[in-house]
Amino acid sequence: MNYDKYLNRRIREIKPSGIRKFFDVADIYRDVISLGVGEPDFDTPWFARKAAIDSIRNGNTQYTSNSGLPALRKAISDYLQDRQQLEYDPQHEIFVTVGASEAIDLALRALLEPGDEVIIPEPSYVSYSPLVSLCFGTPVPAVCEAKDNFALMPEHLLESITPRTKALILPYPNNPTGAIMTREQVQAIARIAIERDLIVISDEIYSELTYGGRHASVAAVDSMRERTILINGFSKAFAMTGWRVGYVCAPEPLIRQMLKIHQYAIMCATTASQYAALSALNQSFEDRYASIEQMREEYDMRRRFLVAQLNRIGLETFEPRGAFYVFPCVSSLGMDGETFANELLREEHVAVVPGEAFGAVGKDYVRISYAYSIASLKRAMEKIERFVCRHKANK
Amino acid sequence: MDKTDKRILAVLKEDARTTHETLATMLSLEVGDVSTRIERMERDGVIAKYTTVVNNELVQSDDFVIALIEVKVTPQMTHGFDSIAREIMQCEQVSSVYLMSGSYDLSVIVEGRNLKEVSSFVSARLSVMENVISTATHFILKKYKSEGVVLDRGADKKRQELV
Repeated sequence: MNYDKYLNRRIREIKPSGIRKFFDVADIYRDVISLGVGEPDFDTPWFARKAAIDSIRNGNTQYTSNSGLPALRKAISDYLQDRQQLEYDPQHEIFVTVGASEAIDLALRALLEPGDEVIIPEPSYVSYSPLVSLCFGTPVPAVCEAKDNFALMPEHLLESITPRTKALILPYPNNPTGAIMTREQVQAIARIAIERDLIVISDEIYSELTYGGRHASVAAVDSMRERTILINGFSKAFAMTGWRVGYVCAPEPLIRQMLKIHQYAIMCATTASQYAALSALNQSFEDRYASIEQMREEYDMRRRFLVAQLNRIGLETFEPRGAFYVFPCVSSLGMDGETFANELLREEHVAVVPGEAFGAVGKDYVRISYAYSIASLKRAMEKIERFVCRHKANK
Repeated sequence: MDKTDKRILAVLKEDARTTHETLATMLSLEVGDVSTRIERMERDGVIAKYTTVVNNELVQSDDFVIALIEVKVTPQMTHGFDSIAREIMQCEQVSSVYLMSGSYDLSVIVEGRNLKEVSSFVSARLSVMENVISTATHFILKKYKSEGVVLDRGADKKRQELV
């Protein structure tokens, strides 16, 4: 049977994730040290796991409200107020999604008409561009450069704006670069968004993982709240990736439309997961975010270790201030990121992700995740150093 | 002892071979400062020993057993439990001695080549000590986790490589 005849052309044309493709290769080797995964290596805090178990034991196994447990929405509202001085009404301006990923999809689906353009800073997480395409929109990259520490600069945003631009995705702290945007940088972008009448979809999933300064949300900038769709979740801050709990905050007219899609496509986020998320927040209010702080400190040690080691062996690496990735440039070896990743995997059995998976501008880079124990990072760095020395000599 | 000392200890407890340079990088300190602090902690006995955690399951050898012995003793005037504990810890077979709260007094961990060796230690050496009232010997059958290290290979979680 020729299935292409039945399948949607747009779907067929979407490329599978470049990360996925790479790990299918990595699976061939048995002793691979992978530095590829984009999720915390910590287990979900026990109190959150226990809350989910208790909810199941108590028979709380039905749907929740489409928007999510009222207590969870209230806790999210309190959390945003507490951590970022953002005010969102838990009744009308917040709802719980199946991970931040669903929220990104909903925001795009609610906004886009065919042909609308969405600006996506590059390098960025792999899903934004395909999701825009699925809505018949046009993804437009805005280049971010190493010399700007991979922040989105006003001039690059302006270059990308056309009369068809409807929205900007602002993914900071950034996967894969680990870049953050300072308050001043966010303000500069906000001014343009207001002037050019853009909606900003702010993916702040790594907001708790910043080093040497708190995260600055675009929603906190004057006059930005009304044009911001704020997206966050529990995966990174609470090591809860597998639970799939995220949330979206926006003015009510936007929330109302997104909620319809969520209602028809999903119903509600998984009930037990919502109880776990609620417990994660409640515990954090009690112990003043001790579990987050503990993870953050551990990541910070690994981050400093990797940046110092990579620069020492001659792979130029800017100091990332967020998330759990470093993004070294490998061009000093006379190869691009893809070649580096393939050869490193083949010769030393260490897996890193080619930067190009996150956009063409990432061509000369690789992404290294430090969501791994310091012991694995040390072993991997020894192998990377050996690899680099060998190829420098051969050059 | 301050917060920085504790952070140094936390890293060393994970990997005692971490160099002072690496520690300095990880904790944002001067190398000299790290060295001074470690030397002080070694001198003061805060760092008692650098050792190796061995997974004995993988050491191809049949001649190794560990027993945990619950010991009840009569505390002595002025010395309390100290003098009997010190007497027990002199024995070379003993790897740990802890004073416990609860239903017995001393927890004694003994290593030997086989059951016979450990039981003869208990019957000939330990239970005959003055002030030892009773002993209960438990042999360790399998170590799932030891010194913070998971030794149970069946528990390895394979992380799925996703986006």
